[in-house]
Amino acid sequence: MKNFSEKNYQKLVSQHEKSPWLKNIFWAFTVGGLICVLGEFILTYAKNMGLPKEDAGCVTSMTLIFFSGLFTGLGIFDKLAKHAGAGTIVPITGFANAVVSPAMEFKSEGFILGVGAKMFVVAGPVIVYGVSSSIICGLIYYLVKGGMPL
Amino acid sequence: MMHYLNAFIFGGFLCAIAQLLIDFTKMTPARILVLYVTAGVVLTFLGLYNPLVERFGAGATVPLTGFGNALANGVIKGIGEKGLLGVISGGLTACAAGISAAIFFGYLFALIFSSKEK
Repeated sequence: MKNFSEKNYQKLVSQHEKSPWLKNIFWAFTVGGLICVLGEFILTYAKNMGLPKEDAGCVTSMTLIFFSGLFTGLGIFDKLAKHAGAGTIVPITGFANAVVSPAMEFKSEGFILGVGAKMFVVAGPVIVYGVSSSIICGLIYYLVKGGMPL
Repeated sequence: MMHYLNAFIFGGFLCAIAQLLIDFTKMTPARILVLYVTAGVVLTFLGLYNPLVERFGAGATVPLTGFGNALANGVIKGIGEKGLLGVISGGLTACAAGISAAIFFGYLFALIFSSKEK
């Protein structure tokens, strides 16, 4: 459950120090790849249902987020993540896990500053840096392309 | 069937790189996620990421770089439709479904389940 908390991270680090990196890479590659195959499966299905490309992408993300949230709650996600490492962290599943995991862990601190705030311990920085970099790049893009309506 | 293999290979590749970073640079998962999102944004604006999405499908969109890709594509689309306003509004408009889903489902599951102490 504490995939992203400080203490658990230290534990993760020491686990990694003991285990051979080739094995870690193998698991990260395989599990990460399989999650993407699952995504591709949902994407293809959504497209076949007649959804436009962008909406199909949204449906794929939402489905993966739903199930990784559920599996985090059930405690299954962490068991998989222990072996898969980056294989479960890097796909959108890791983002969802990073929202649910601290929210559950800090429930004892209340529903506002516990659940409500701690949800964003990892997701917050991701959104902050993602949005900010997209605005900075967008501004440059806008200026370089020039001549567009204000 | 080919596109499933493509998704597997590229998605696995991105995860393997992240695993290397975790093992050899001691980067925290949070830093990796931030790095991947930002990389996705920058690569998309450089015109390098959308060709990868064409080729590898979910292998390129499901990893967090794909989140950055969606943000950047949203901004580009927003600029096309609204000009300067689109720079600000485009990104989150494109990612609204994903972020709202993560917030709502995250909240819901946090209410239902409690973390198990070992």
